[in-house]
Amino acid sequence: MSEHRPRKILITGVSHLLGLRLAKRLEQDSDVEEIIGVDLDEPAIPVKKLDFIRADIRSPLIARVLASTNVDTIVHTNITSSPRTLGGRSGMKENNVIGTLQLFAAAQRAERVKKVVMKSSAAVYGSEPGEPSLIPETYGGTARLTGYSKDCAEAETSARDFGRRRPDVKLVILRTQNVVGPTARSSMTDYLSFPVIPTSLGFDPRLQFLHEEDAVEALHLALTSDVSGIYNIAAEGVVYLSQAARLLGKPQLPLLPFTAQFAAGVLRRVGVVDFPTDQLKLLLYGRVLGIRRAREGLGFSPRHTSKQTLLDFRDHRSVEDVLGEPSRPAWERDMRRLASDRASEEKV
Amino acid sequence: MGDAEIIRMADRTRTEEAPRCKATTASGRPCRNHALPGSEYCRLHAPDDVAAPASATSSAVDSARDAVGDVVSGFGAFLQRRFGGQYEIDDFGYDRELSRNVLLPLARPLYDNYFRIRTLGISRVPNEGPAVIVANHSGTIALDAVMLQYAMATEHPAERVIRNVGADLVFQLPVIGPMARKAGNVVACDEDAMELLRRGELIGVFPEGYKGVGKGWRERYRLQRFGRGGFIEIALRSRVPIIPAAIVGAEEAYPMIGDAGAVARAFGFPYFPITPTFPWLGPLGLLPLPSKWIIEFGDPIPMDEYPEDAAEDPMLVFDLSDSIRDTIQQMLYRNLKLRGSAFI
Repeated sequence: MSEHRPRKILITGVSHLLGLRLAKRLEQDSDVEEIIGVDLDEPAIPVKKLDFIRADIRSPLIARVLASTNVDTIVHTNITSSPRTLGGRSGMKENNVIGTLQLFAAAQRAERVKKVVMKSSAAVYGSEPGEPSLIPETYGGTARLTGYSKDCAEAETSARDFGRRRPDVKLVILRTQNVVGPTARSSMTDYLSFPVIPTSLGFDPRLQFLHEEDAVEALHLALTSDVSGIYNIAAEGVVYLSQAARLLGKPQLPLLPFTAQFAAGVLRRVGVVDFPTDQLKLLLYGRVLGIRRAREGLGFSPRHTSKQTLLDFRDHRSVEDVLGEPSRPAWERDMRRLASDRASEEKV
Repeated sequence: MGDAEIIRMADRTRTEEAPRCKATTASGRPCRNHALPGSEYCRLHAPDDVAAPASATSSAVDSARDAVGDVVSGFGAFLQRRFGGQYEIDDFGYDRELSRNVLLPLARPLYDNYFRIRTLGISRVPNEGPAVIVANHSGTIALDAVMLQYAMATEHPAERVIRNVGADLVFQLPVIGPMARKAGNVVACDEDAMELLRRGELIGVFPEGYKGVGKGWRERYRLQRFGRGGFIEIALRSRVPIIPAAIVGAEEAYPMIGDAGAVARAFGFPYFPITPTFPWLGPLGLLPLPSKWIIEFGDPIPMDEYPEDAAEDPMLVFDLSDSIRDTIQQMLYRNLKLRGSAFI
């Protein structure tokens, strides 16, 4: 497999979990000369080689940066499922759809760009009872998408348009499964952190996760291998929601489906959890991806199964629960963990 | 969630079936062990041991207590595993432990005592490796799929699990949908079928679909059209044998004498059955009639003799589909004759 050796990389969403972890990973790559990170907040931990731009991805500044520097690689990890951080659904859509559109518009002009990796989501498949048990990338879903799923699908359209207009660029779209792990924070981890797990009466979806470390590994593989295309990224294996609750040692609270919708809406408004109501179908029918293409094309081989991912999440979270510091910012934990990662890597 | 209750019920029915041992223990109480099949005494009190000295008997009682303890702790470990979530399911949702210990035992009385199911030619199904089992579909609700699965899981020498492919509707339903998945069934789609065959599994296909289960009483045992022959294409592409199967008896379990089309449309069902007991007797009408069943498996039909691209030849696909349909139809007629009366 021939390789792409990124020298100058632009990362959007660099202060978020995956972007930051990827940046930390890339700072150790000797080929990498410079990392340009874009986000609204500064990264919580220092990254060598990083030039940080505090900007919205819709900012014209990005186009100027792309035009003036010789960025050869773009990693777009800034499509978010959390409306709260962006001032509601309309802000979220603005960021996800319009932001991506503008990023690709700028990238199209940047002639030195040779590789683009976009983190999309498994949400683009929707969640329907008639879906294949292991959804392949070629599956053309019939699901009517709303919210985050729709954003991802529209962002993918922008990406594909870009790919068509710039055939010289290797474009990789990663459809990642729900990222779960010791430091990841998402609607899924919030949901799993509830003291009681609300479920839909009579339904027990199969869930599949993606460990944060495997997610970063996948991004890195997509960045450095000389391939293009769409890849599902997920852990091997599945757990039933009922099983997940038992593994976490939490009681389940079965609700009638429409009650669940209502409850999620209330919890979201009072700010307890940011579980997007448009993702509730996931808790009815689940959604599991087949990852053969990523295995064969990218050489992706996840180190954690879905069950191991959940257990890793449980073991780290429960320590914090015991210590009584659940409100600790994710980055502090991340720092500790990254430090230990680096220590262990240096030993090797 | 409700698994624990179900387990206890299944366990109780099993223990109450076997009579108690007639011997008296060393402490003078009646022995509480179950009698061995074909004997009035348990393993410890089988005639030789009854005459043995008291000390031997008491040690035998101890070991009996240990044996009971083993069973209890085994059951305890099972519950602990279930409640701790410490079990494995496959990518498609098949929960082997739940299926073997809870779901299949629940189907046993229906299979053994109610429908008195007889299987023929089950050893024609290979002990390992992929195959497509193609069967007729009948009986309003898909009980035949459950019974086919039970037959293979208990009577086949390798106790294989059939992965039936079912309609979306099944997986959309609360309770039924998740249970169907845990029992090893999947949604009928090429992706799942091909992947299961690639992994060496046995898949079960009912090409008549709703036309089969939703047909009227007058058309019983008359095979309906075989869909679009998708299962043939899958077998050809996977180069996996097709095994025809004929299920006799499901038609009489729920004789469908009418179809309330308006009700069906209102609820989005493919049909709404009217049987002699349903909906007249309410939920009680859901009880199947005690028909007598025969399930026969035919000889595997190899698919690897056809050229690589045979699946791309619709004419060949139709021909194969017709010939398999014909085979199953003949098997049905033969077994109907063999069975004689439908109920006794």
